[in-house]
Amino acid sequence: MIAFIIRRVLQAVVVMLVISLVVFAIKNQFGDPVRDLVGERVTPEERQQIADKMGLNDPFFVQYGRFVKNAVTQGDLGRSFLYNKPNLEVIANHAPATIELVLGTALIIIVLSLPLGVYCALKPRSWLSRFTMSFSTLGVSMPVFLTAILLIYLFAVHWRILPSYGRGETVDLFGNGIWMTGLLTVDGLKHLILPCISLSTLMLPLFIRLIRSEMMEVLETEYIKYAWAKGLSPRRVWLVHAFKNTLLPVITVFGVQIGIMFAFTLLTELVFQWPGMGFMFLEAVNRADLSLLIAYLVVVAALFVVVNTVVDILYGFINPTVRITGTK
Amino acid sequence: MKTKLQQFKESYFLYSFMRDWVAMASLVVLVVFLVIAFAAPWISPMDPYDATNIDIMNSEIPPMWMDGGSKEFPLGTDNQGRDMLSTMFYGLRTSIIIGLGAVAIQAGIGIVLGLMAGYLGGKTDAILMRLADIQFSFPYLMVAIFMSAIFQVVFGLGSFERMAIPLLTLIIGLSNWPMFARTIRASVMGEKNKEYVEAARVIGLPQRIIMFRHILPNALTSVMVISTIQVANAVMSEAALSFLGLGMPVTKPSLGSLIRAGQEYFFSGSWWITVLPGIWLVLFVLVINLLGDWLRDVLNPKLYKG
Repeated sequence: MIAFIIRRVLQAVVVMLVISLVVFAIKNQFGDPVRDLVGERVTPEERQQIADKMGLNDPFFVQYGRFVKNAVTQGDLGRSFLYNKPNLEVIANHAPATIELVLGTALIIIVLSLPLGVYCALKPRSWLSRFTMSFSTLGVSMPVFLTAILLIYLFAVHWRILPSYGRGETVDLFGNGIWMTGLLTVDGLKHLILPCISLSTLMLPLFIRLIRSEMMEVLETEYIKYAWAKGLSPRRVWLVHAFKNTLLPVITVFGVQIGIMFAFTLLTELVFQWPGMGFMFLEAVNRADLSLLIAYLVVVAALFVVVNTVVDILYGFINPTVRITGTK
Repeated sequence: MKTKLQQFKESYFLYSFMRDWVAMASLVVLVVFLVIAFAAPWISPMDPYDATNIDIMNSEIPPMWMDGGSKEFPLGTDNQGRDMLSTMFYGLRTSIIIGLGAVAIQAGIGIVLGLMAGYLGGKTDAILMRLADIQFSFPYLMVAIFMSAIFQVVFGLGSFERMAIPLLTLIIGLSNWPMFARTIRASVMGEKNKEYVEAARVIGLPQRIIMFRHILPNALTSVMVISTIQVANAVMSEAALSFLGLGMPVTKPSLGSLIRAGQEYFFSGSWWITVLPGIWLVLFVLVINLLGDWLRDVLNPKLYKG
């Protein structure tokens, strides 16, 4: 087990090093830190001096070593030329908005997909199941941004019952200005509804189908037949015996899909002008802030690598065969 | 000896197709879409890429069944005065070119690497599959977004827009190859211990021939199934990238960039600039998905999960 953990962590470190090397090469080749720092109105001589002082004329691998060292020991990923603040601080300021959006969406998905998926598995021929299934095929084919635009039109422009963009009123969660939350005000919650619904239309069909097929498979197994034979009530067989065993694969997929959802928050955040990380990223692209872009890339990559590693290790605890297959 | 045509006529494949009206309807719609995309330059009322055809005075004319619409522009015009119908034809063409091209790249990389990993096994397998795992752990849309964002920032918007089509094809192709590689590898693993492969090995054929001529044709079923779904995915990715402003420029719009361009005008009443390309895109992706579902059910009964 320890060997497995070490191997998995080493692999994660190697992946991060490769990503950081690629990213650093791009930054080194195309970025201009002197411009980021002092702007365009400096003579070439002064520019050269600043470059010397910052070590920009050192060999590539010396600079790369410094980049990794600063990033690991001080959490220093450079400064944003757009916000004129350390990149990490800019990203941290925008993170809560995105996290709240993802949390709200996850909640909608859990609340809706579990009952619907189970129902579709138990009563595959009822009209509600058929409707849900055809609706989910349509949902898969519908781009998130289109859903979002249509939702804004219906609820914000046509009926005027929900706000159309932004986060609304936010309050400071810890009193230190880092986590501004919209979850505690009515206005903030109202602003959350439409973005969360449009983001959830992406994953909801997938989960309904997954839960349905897993449940149907479980219902065919021997132990369920045995439970029926014992004369247990349908409710007990379905909800206690079958449902429990449906959950394990669903939870695994859920973990992976949350990561994918982060990618799609970009689209929702753009339509709803939601001031999260995705919106910040697009602004960095439009204003050519390469430094911020790269810092964001490193942060996202690190996030994914850490989450994947942790999930794999946890899986190693639950399911010993995973540990063995990787050994050869 | 039956001819190929006769064999096809009596096959289960055709039988189940003829019995499934959803699949038949989807295929018909898909063929119509493909014909439109292919023939766009000849059947469009005007060439939306040619600036001399565009008159800004014609902007935001509603479709002809509404007040103020004209016969000249059956589906109205967009904010720049381009005929919506032609723009949608051309947009579909762009989306399909990028979608098919991207899937061709994915399949090319995936087939070669998957075959090598599955057939050669050992170190090659371990290295290739680790690579695939690593890329798989990042959502492919995220990879595509990062690639085009970095390209746009580094080389500037101008050069990005000039070579948008090949670039997007390449980006979407590179961002999603592990899917193919994994599927191919799985079916190659199933095939490689069968007797016909042993026989080929015994008569001393080179590995390359065994891999591509003997094993690959038997592993192609799974490629067909995922290809259809992947085309839908690629078209959706392209639309998403274009919507974010990281894809096709507004001067040469794909369906995604059309929706992006129309978004501001939607809320002030000009709904057709966004909604019509939107329906167009959804319909196209929907029929591919329906066909893909059907194909999976027919070709792969073991995977069939209702």
